[in-house]
Amino acid sequence: MRHLVILGAGTAGTVMANRLARSLRREIAAGTTRITIVDQDPVHIYQPGLLFIPFGVYTVDQAVRGRAAQLPKAVRYVQSRIESLDTATDTVTLADGEVLSYDLCIVATGTRIVPEELDGLTGAGWGERMFEFYTLEGAERLAKALQEFKGGRLLINVVEMPIKCPVAPLEFAFLADWFFTERGLRDKVSITYATPLDGAFTKPACSRSLAYLLEGKRIALETEFNAGRVDGTAGELVSWDERTLPFDLLVSIPTHKGAEFITRAPGLGNEMGFVLTDPRTLQAKVKPNVFAIGDATDVPASKAGSVAHFEAEVLTGNVLRFLEGKPLEPGFDGHANCFIETGHHKALLIDFNYETEPLPGNFPFAWGPMPLLKESRLNHLGKLAFRHVYWNALLPGHDFPGIPARMKRAGKRFPVATATP
Amino acid sequence: MPALTAVARTAEGFLERASDWDRDLAAELAAESGVGPLTDRHWLVLDYMRNTYLVKGDGPTIRTLGKESGVDIKELYQLFPKGPAKLAARIAGIPKPHGCI
Ligand SMILES: Cc1cc2nc3c(=O)[nH]c(=O)nc-3n(C[C@H](O)[C@H](O)[C@H](O)COP(=O)(O)OP(=O)(O)OC[C@H]3O[C@@H](n4cnc5c(N)ncnc54)[C@H](O)[C@@H]3O)c2cc1C
Repeated sequence: MRHLVILGAGTAGTVMANRLARSLRREIAAGTTRITIVDQDPVHIYQPGLLFIPFGVYTVDQAVRGRAAQLPKAVRYVQSRIESLDTATDTVTLADGEVLSYDLCIVATGTRIVPEELDGLTGAGWGERMFEFYTLEGAERLAKALQEFKGGRLLINVVEMPIKCPVAPLEFAFLADWFFTERGLRDKVSITYATPLDGAFTKPACSRSLAYLLEGKRIALETEFNAGRVDGTAGELVSWDERTLPFDLLVSIPTHKGAEFITRAPGLGNEMGFVLTDPRTLQAKVKPNVFAIGDATDVPASKAGSVAHFEAEVLTGNVLRFLEGKPLEPGFDGHANCFIETGHHKALLIDFNYETEPLPGNFPFAWGPMPLLKESRLNHLGKLAFRHVYWNALLPGHDFPGIPARMKRAGKRFPVATATP
Repeated sequence: MPALTAVARTAEGFLERASDWDRDLAAELAAESGVGPLTDRHWLVLDYMRNTYLVKGDGPTIRTLGKESGVDIKELYQLFPKGPAKLAARIAGIPKPHGCI
């Protein structure tokens, strides 16, 4: 009896459970293979919805569903905290004391935010004038604060990279501009976006072609700002090189780390707790029977749901190859596809991979219907529709028609002389 | 001594080939970036960066530098103002660190 264990039942873990349960249905029915998935809490959050909760566009109820309902019946779901992964003995120990022995393990425990990493952030003012929106509780608290905000300095700060959904903080700035415009308060609110990167976007191509957006929305940009400490009483965020940014309301995107058990397992992760992973095959470097997917890996791709979706297609193939003793395929190309909400019922769409920067053009086909790297209403509808796609197609692990795992070159306008990176 | 003008560099001034680098070139790269003259403290960081790159294939993050190079984050910013990880990588002759996608 072969045992496959999936750690984490978020986006990536759920997709893998659904895909593997389908691919291995005969073996499962015959009793030669079984699959177990573990997660610590009972609700599955539609995380892209966290961006909209602070502005009252979504309620918490609209962003969560039961976790078990997203998983196939043929897979055993255990609700418990994962305490440790021992790759030497191929076992996982859960907080409730159960020990799972595995033949193959997939780490899909995502990221967690660690606000304590910034000196002062969880001190005086935390939850009063300093907020985050990467958790349900945080997004709800911020919604209340934004409702009550009558004017002043709004500061949005990414503490350090990597973070999940790297465009979400910028989308937050765009939506804040829209929110305060609609409420007739925009002239009383200043918006500043402070990032450790050297541009507003992680991708230089985006920073170049989208700089106009920030100007047009009167969002001040502070680049290469590495936050060193924050004082919630004085309302000051100070960088390591002693630049001070004053605020009345701080929206912080705190440091991200991987699950604690990853840091404790020798050779499994890096200093941030992200699993050392082959960027093409998604096999963990620690041992051949360990794989990783989604935000939990250290691969240089965006930490996004769309990436987890594309990775799942490749990883399913590689898990099956591994079980059959065949060589793995280096099939993952870093493909990411993100809608960027720009407010006022518009959004942008970007599509890129390890080698190709986001380019203008059309998606998913050469004729469209969605424009790339350009604001449009259709892209905004696409972003809203993504919620239905997420629950009904992405989590069940279905392919998207016209959008394969490997990034398509058709429809993109490549520069005439493509410089090799 | 290879002159800075003779080596291939990226649009952002990073060396195309880490093997083109030597300590004299580092001094030139530092001067160009407004850093230096290079002291033992600078070298502690630069040597650590280069070794990390040669072993791991990517430069360290600021966080790792602060923990393991022997120079804390505060001093890193004094030695290499603005973006220590990026600036020190350029002077150490290694590619721009990933870490930021
Ligand atoms: C504000 C915001 C906006 C976003 N917008 C978009 C978007 O528009 N498009 C997009 O593609 N992506 C978006 N994302 C990113 C997307 O939600 C994530 O990249 C995706 O959910 C990653 O999936 P994952 O399975 O790797 O991690 P997760 O979905 O976070 O799942 C990890 C799971 O592991 C569990 N876990 C962790 N540690 C343990 C432990 N020790 N024991 C037991 N269980 C554990 C957690 O409970 C969790 O359920 C957004 C994210 C945020 C926060």
